[in-house]
Amino acid sequence: MTTYICRRVFEALLILIGITFVTYVLLYLVPADPVRQIAGRSATAETVENIRRQLGLHLPFYEQYWNYLSALVQGNFGRSYIQKTEVVELIRSRLPASLLLMVGAIAAELILGLTMGVISAVRRNSATDQVLMVVSFIGVSAPQFVVGILLLYVFAVLLGWFPIGGYGTFSHLVLPALTLGFLGAGWYSRMMRSSMLNVLEQDFIRTARAKGLSKARVILRHAVPNALLPIIAMIGIDIGIFMSGIVVVESVFGWPGIGQLAWQAIQRVDIPIIMGVTLVAACSIVLGNLVADIVALFVDPRIKLR
Amino acid sequence: MGTANAASNMTVTYKDDVSTLDPAIGYDWQNWSMIKSLFDSLLDYKPGTTELTPDLAESYTISDDGLIYTFNLRKGVKFHNGRTMTAADVKYSLDRVTNPKTQSPGAGFFASVKGFDDASSGSGSLSGVSVVDDYTVQIELSRPDATFLHVVAINFASVVPREAVEKWGEDFGKHPVGTGAFYLDEWTLGQRLVFKKNQNYYHAGIPKLDQITFEVGQEPIVALLRLQNGEVDIAGDGIPPAKFLEVKNDPKYAGAIVEGSQLHTGYIALNVKMKPFDNLKVRQAVNMAINKDRIVRIINGRAVSANQPLPPLMPGYDPDYKGLSYNPDAAKKLLAEAGFGDGFETELYVANTDPQPRIAQAIQQDLAAIGIKAGIKSLAQGNVIAAGGEVDQAPMIWSGGMAWIADFPDPSNFYGPILGCGGAVPGGWNWSWYCNESIEKRAIAADSMTDPADAEKRMAAWRSIFTDIQDEAPWVPIFNEQRFTMRSDRLDGPDGIFVDPVHIPVHYDQVFIKEGQ
Repeated sequence: MTTYICRRVFEALLILIGITFVTYVLLYLVPADPVRQIAGRSATAETVENIRRQLGLHLPFYEQYWNYLSALVQGNFGRSYIQKTEVVELIRSRLPASLLLMVGAIAAELILGLTMGVISAVRRNSATDQVLMVVSFIGVSAPQFVVGILLLYVFAVLLGWFPIGGYGTFSHLVLPALTLGFLGAGWYSRMMRSSMLNVLEQDFIRTARAKGLSKARVILRHAVPNALLPIIAMIGIDIGIFMSGIVVVESVFGWPGIGQLAWQAIQRVDIPIIMGVTLVAACSIVLGNLVADIVALFVDPRIKLR
Repeated sequence: MGTANAASNMTVTYKDDVSTLDPAIGYDWQNWSMIKSLFDSLLDYKPGTTELTPDLAESYTISDDGLIYTFNLRKGVKFHNGRTMTAADVKYSLDRVTNPKTQSPGAGFFASVKGFDDASSGSGSLSGVSVVDDYTVQIELSRPDATFLHVVAINFASVVPREAVEKWGEDFGKHPVGTGAFYLDEWTLGQRLVFKKNQNYYHAGIPKLDQITFEVGQEPIVALLRLQNGEVDIAGDGIPPAKFLEVKNDPKYAGAIVEGSQLHTGYIALNVKMKPFDNLKVRQAVNMAINKDRIVRIINGRAVSANQPLPPLMPGYDPDYKGLSYNPDAAKKLLAEAGFGDGFETELYVANTDPQPRIAQAIQQDLAAIGIKAGIKSLAQGNVIAAGGEVDQAPMIWSGGMAWIADFPDPSNFYGPILGCGGAVPGGWNWSWYCNESIEKRAIAADSMTDPADAEKRMAAWRSIFTDIQDEAPWVPIFNEQRFTMRSDRLDGPDGIFVDPVHIPVHYDQVFIKEGQ
């Protein structure tokens, strides 16, 4: 077990270094010149050159990349070109909001998805089942910015149940968490449905029914926990999906997380921030997958270590 | 006019985080006006106008040769940290902004100050600035510069306290300390900034609000909904284009929207170094081929059509100049005279954000009508700017989304960087590469008229410079953008401060809350 985890962590490190390299190359190749952006339109050629030197951007690519990596190892993500603030500070101040949003989204997708899945499975092929599966289909396919703006318009503007964007209280969290979780809810309802159908056909369910247990008790105590096992392992993978979702959802709802930070940085070619957020996102995806694999190991003893 | 309420607060929203509040660094339209409320310069502009007025300097004198400016400072002005501001602070601030280590995008504005070259190469300091006594600063120029009073009014010339700059180092922009009407009370990254009233401000009765809360990270469309809901007072990013007509035509908001001009011209740059735009007749033909009113309609009438480089708000604008008006038939005739009776193929560079590509398509159609086939190169803004900075890359550029809004209200700012020889260099902003030696001489002569008594004469000189340039047609001036500020019911103040030409979107120091709100 320890060897397995060590090996996985080592692999994760290699992946992360690979990601820094690929991202750095891509940003290096972006034709927009960050130095000109900093220098502004009234700068002389001399000023531009001076700023380029101070940022070390006149060096050849491999030296720039090496300098970035060596600073990174010491926990130094650099300073934002535009915001002139340490990237670490920008990410640290925004990370809690993103984590909160993700926790909210996990709760939303599990509650919605699992409930829909269980109901669909139990009422298999009924009208309810079909309606729920259409909803889940919409969840999987609707773009998040559309879902977000619709929810915002209906529940915040028209009905006034929730605030129009912002951050701070539980009621601020509801709509963005629903938007972000809606996609996952679509997946989970389908997985839960098939997983439930699978379990409901097992012998022990028939046995439970034969013992005279009520239908509700059979479903909640015997079927659902067994159907859940393969699904729990998926939650880790969700983190990766959320990482792309938060860029959109945070922008729509004005949620002060790292997704919004990334979106602003991309628009302003603020390379140190783009690098920093990409790394944090990559770390959480790698970590999420690792956790998913380890959890899967515990819930399903059929998985063998190799 | 009413007075401010006991504890009045205004809420302003923005999409993007505020980048920095360091006056030597900040150079975007979002922080520009915020910095103006936290800091002061020697001079300022009368609210709602482009007219200079004394600020930290109570008065000034200019030597007869126009080279020595002596500023007498106001006494008893205190920084937000409580210390009294003196002449040494002015010198320190100008040294700092021109020091290459500061990486100020505005250093170039001080190029006419003696010692600038030494300062910007790092080999010396700005020797032209000297402290005469605690309340007198003398600035010596290396050449006469009639725009210099605007230069000492610009944000980059804001006076900062040395001890605060040294304490915070590179983070000074997050912990600004100035002399301004407001001080920064709170900055929660990614969420909000709170400005509080500076009780010791030296202008009596200013600011009129006790507090301004800037909420960041809000999409313009969400900000508009909140504004309509009464939760927000000003949507800093303006009315989103998609909702503009709906809101503008809604009688409910008739009094809420203030319209004003700005120091902006949108133009097509014709590269005079590239064929066939080296031919005057071709440039004139293009000028006559474009239906500017149609382009104004494409952007829902948020502009007025233009016939010369200067915008109407800029001193020196010539209201009597006719220019080349829309006339496709005459344009075709000119093309034929130039030897392009069958037209030609060319390229039009344009930034790829809405509505610029749609405007480019309108230009493309107008050109097609006189036989010119223009392919549209729709690229990221930075790439278009880069192409314009090369002599042989972009035959035509539509400037929308990139240029040009004046840094200060003086016609000189519309010449040097974008139509003068100094801007026609690799990496420059003179995308038409127009460089006319005789015009250049006249421009230098105009900017040497530093005697305030010559102001009229100087404006007349600039007026003829710009109309003479337009006669050579290096640009097709298309329109001058208008600004529309939507405010909540609670806000009050003269209309001018809501579309202030220098403080964008509004003059924060002057706004107040209606009585009883």
